Amino acid sequence: MRLIMGMALALILFSFYVSRADDTIKIGVILAMTGGTSAFGQQTWTGMQIGRNIRPTVLGKKVELILLDNKSDKIESANAAQRLIQKDKVIGIIGDVASSNSLAIAPIAEDNHIPHISPSSTNPIVTLNRKYVFRACFIDPFQGEVMAKFAYNELKARKAAVLTDIGQDYSVGLTSAFAKTYKKLGGQIVRQVNYQSGDQDFTAQLTAIKETDPDIIAITGYYTEIALIARQARELGIKATLIAGDGAEAPELTEIGGEAVDGLYYTTHFDEKAVLTPLGKKYVEMFRKQNKSTPDALGALGADAYLIILDAIERTSSTNPEKIRDAIEKTKDFQGITGAITINKNHDAVKNVVIRQVKGRDSVYISSVNP
Amino acid sequence: MDVFFQQLINGISLGSLYALIAIGYTMVYGVLRLINFAHGDVMMVSTYFAFYFITGFSLFSFVIPEMPWYVSFPVAIALTGVLGFLIEHLAYRPLRTAPRISVLMTAIGVSFLLENLGLVIFGGRPKGFPTPRPFEEIFYIKDISLPSLSLLIPLITLIFLGATFYLVYRTKSGIAMRAISRDIETPQLMGINVNRIISLTFILGSVLAAAGGIMLAMRYPQINPLMGIMPGIKAFVAAVLGGIGSVVGAALGGLTLGLIEILFVAFLPSYAGYRDAIAFFILIFILLFKPTGIIGEKLPD
Amino acid sequence: MKREKLIRNLATFLSLLAIFGFLKLANSYTSAYIIQILNITAIYIILSTSYNLVNGVTGQFSLGPNAFMAVGAYTASLLTMSPAEKELTFIIEPIISPLGKISLPFLPSLLIAGVVTSIFAFFIAFPVFRVRGDYLAIVTLGFGEIIRVFATNAVSITNGSLGLKGINQYTNLWWSWGWAIFTVFCLISLVESSYGRAMKAIREDETAAQAMGINTFRYKMLAFIISAFFQGIGGGLLAHLLTTIDPKLFSFFLTFNLLIMIVAGGLGSMTGSIIGAVIFAWGFELLRWFEEPHQIGDMFIPGIPGMRMVIFSLLLIIIMLFFRRGITGRWEFSWDWALNTFGRRIKFREIN
Repeated sequence: MRLIMGMALALILFSFYVSRADDTIKIGVILAMTGGTSAFGQQTWTGMQIGRNIRPTVLGKKVELILLDNKSDKIESANAAQRLIQKDKVIGIIGDVASSNSLAIAPIAEDNHIPHISPSSTNPIVTLNRKYVFRACFIDPFQGEVMAKFAYNELKARKAAVLTDIGQDYSVGLTSAFAKTYKKLGGQIVRQVNYQSGDQDFTAQLTAIKETDPDIIAITGYYTEIALIARQARELGIKATLIAGDGAEAPELTEIGGEAVDGLYYTTHFDEKAVLTPLGKKYVEMFRKQNKSTPDALGALGADAYLIILDAIERTSSTNPEKIRDAIEKTKDFQGITGAITINKNHDAVKNVVIRQVKGRDSVYISSVNP
Repeated sequence: MDVFFQQLINGISLGSLYALIAIGYTMVYGVLRLINFAHGDVMMVSTYFAFYFITGFSLFSFVIPEMPWYVSFPVAIALTGVLGFLIEHLAYRPLRTAPRISVLMTAIGVSFLLENLGLVIFGGRPKGFPTPRPFEEIFYIKDISLPSLSLLIPLITLIFLGATFYLVYRTKSGIAMRAISRDIETPQLMGINVNRIISLTFILGSVLAAAGGIMLAMRYPQINPLMGIMPGIKAFVAAVLGGIGSVVGAALGGLTLGLIEILFVAFLPSYAGYRDAIAFFILIFILLFKPTGIIGEKLPD
Repeated sequence: MKREKLIRNLATFLSLLAIFGFLKLANSYTSAYIIQILNITAIYIILSTSYNLVNGVTGQFSLGPNAFMAVGAYTASLLTMSPAEKELTFIIEPIISPLGKISLPFLPSLLIAGVVTSIFAFFIAFPVFRVRGDYLAIVTLGFGEIIRVFATNAVSITNGSLGLKGINQYTNLWWSWGWAIFTVFCLISLVESSYGRAMKAIREDETAAQAMGINTFRYKMLAFIISAFFQGIGGGLLAHLLTTIDPKLFSFFLTFNLLIMIVAGGLGSMTGSIIGAVIFAWGFELLRWFEEPHQIGDMFIPGIPGMRMVIFSLLLIIIMLFFRRGITGRWEFSWDWALNTFGRRIKFREIN
């Protein structure tokens, strides 16, 4: 008995040895796989894995993604960041969707001189005054501006109502940018009401909006709530056009929203019919094959965050975190999945904004706006 | 005026939903004095049962075909009853003589377990709930819209309230339930099978949760593993508001809570962000004057 | 008698020295990861023991520590942040005027945070202690939610859901463990005093305690305020460890975590609360094993994200089923006990 146990133990130890001895490049990933924002974390992870399947190696070495769950929590995010850096010796960290958690990871990456890319934290203060922190997405001011211009110039909407998810910094930021541009153009914000992510009932807010009879309703939150809001708006007989940000891009929008979201405009990162990069084409193809649904924005940004790091490693031909950081900072016109990405001086990704409209179960391309 | 009536209908619709969930909550509390934190999560599981029966699924090599709603809803409700029975049997019964706080902890444990199993098995991404056609109809009176569900939910709540009432006040098991809620030992001495009655209460509570869950899923057609948390808390608030342990109180509390939430936003739309806080604020305010809720029992001191 | 007291004090002194030595070693020889978890452990100890004072010792089922932590964390952070950092962070609405210009050192900010939290506790104590039992639970839960909603909406004070960033990382092992030891010392002295006995009397039977002439409201209030003070400090320390806070951090799940620590540890026992906090802080990191991919021979088991929380929930249920009163029950560690158990064994050995 003891012999068998001993052998088993030896085997386990050996397997550890084998798995550790592999010459791999380790990149840490911190995402919310459980807790309040787990849907976003799981989406990002699906996309990132496809990104890795597209490019599994760099400099002839295999890339290992070490995923740690943060329970959608700041404390756990900080613990995970320390663990990845100290225990797993990663050369870069990708994470999290929620800006609040990225903010907890950022100072630790900064202290340890490890590059950190957040795939989709749009809160401007995430990268503010940070040397090692980047993001793979555009920030809210640009997107909000595009939304407002599109609503005013193309849709000829003069009266807008805005619904903000007060619990999501993404939504708060987007609303603020949208409102600022829209007012500057001469539009009128007739009503601005808030809700909290996780709310199910928006009838009270929508009835208050209905009273003001707006031309357009901007919903700056995420797809679940956008879909429910659209349904309830139509139930209440509100006919106004709906517009949303990239938080709307997910197959769940039409799955939940059904006919109600038909005709909704949203700004996002890429479209198959717009000029699509080779990587983007491959991603869309692989995503469709694997998930039998349309690609979502969060997944694509997750894959892009991964590919930006890989691109930087390749350009420096080194796995030194300092050199990788310098290379990420110099990223210019990288043909990523969501388009040509340039990292600007604030460490935000600069790229085109695409406007799409929901038609039936899918979305159609409307236009794209250069930064 | 139209706007006010519209908001009133919105409020009654939301309030009856809270009421339906709160009735199940308060029943379990009545017999066991247990704040059943897992109630909302049992509700969540029921919506997934209903979802998978409506859309069809394959488990191992068994393929369960799509089923019409009038088959899948009762099956889902029955299965949730079984789930309630199992939870009581495995997690609460062994602690019958333990301090109340220990049972509360296992309730939190069960709640976490259901949520996280849900996240692993079903995935965290929300699923669109396929609301059956007959429930999607909308009626209009002038400018006021009346989705058929917002009429149906109060009706269903009333039916379940009536059924619960009949069971608690007109049947032998109901008398036993009420006896147990007063004192758990004496009924035992009088030959009542306490464990059986408690099981029955849990099954009933879970069935009510399932009914509420399915209504919730049809009214707001998205389901996700964490959807039970907020309704669970709201049901707790509703039950306490009405006077915890009282069935009528729970129904009344739920309705009040729904109306307060909607009317607050209706009158002060720019403060809509404070909506969740207002529910608690009113609760605290009412408890200041009636420390045991609207229809509260006397303090046993 | 005198000799025993001397031994006890000596033992306390020596163990403090041992902790000091351990921290000193940890600070210079272990990784930042271990130090991070050690810091979290200390903060959890502060929070759990002070929470235990209300829930375990006084027997009032409060669910409000997340509110106290939020008040403490925001107060301390807004006081220590530099005016420049504040101006950069508040991008939606500028911060209200006097707050934007203040910048204080760490210790006074922490103390003010504790005091502000205590004052907050004093005011909410009136509605809270008007009700009892589960009603008290929901009222305290309600205050937690109200504070969270307020923090989300009062953008010009808290920066809303964008949260605060760039808080100086003042918290280190000395601050966190210093406060943890001070908290435990204060709370144990309190529990062992006549105040503590009155609190326990309220827990056992409030009506009887009242009949004995104990002003129950006063003692409940006292426990509440003291507990709030330390929870405010704990919140402040946490904010200055993470360097960023936002309303989502202070949801009622934080309270549930603390509740798990004190109940699974042993409700009413400070030793239990400390053990609960330590297990909680380290356990979550150890449980990550269940999410890592494993290679056993030829078999490759891919990591399943989310398994950690499933195992955690199962463990919680199992602990409560087998240790109904938590790990320690109401047992408290004391030097007398240590001397009796280990001392006897030593004597025994001498005889043999």
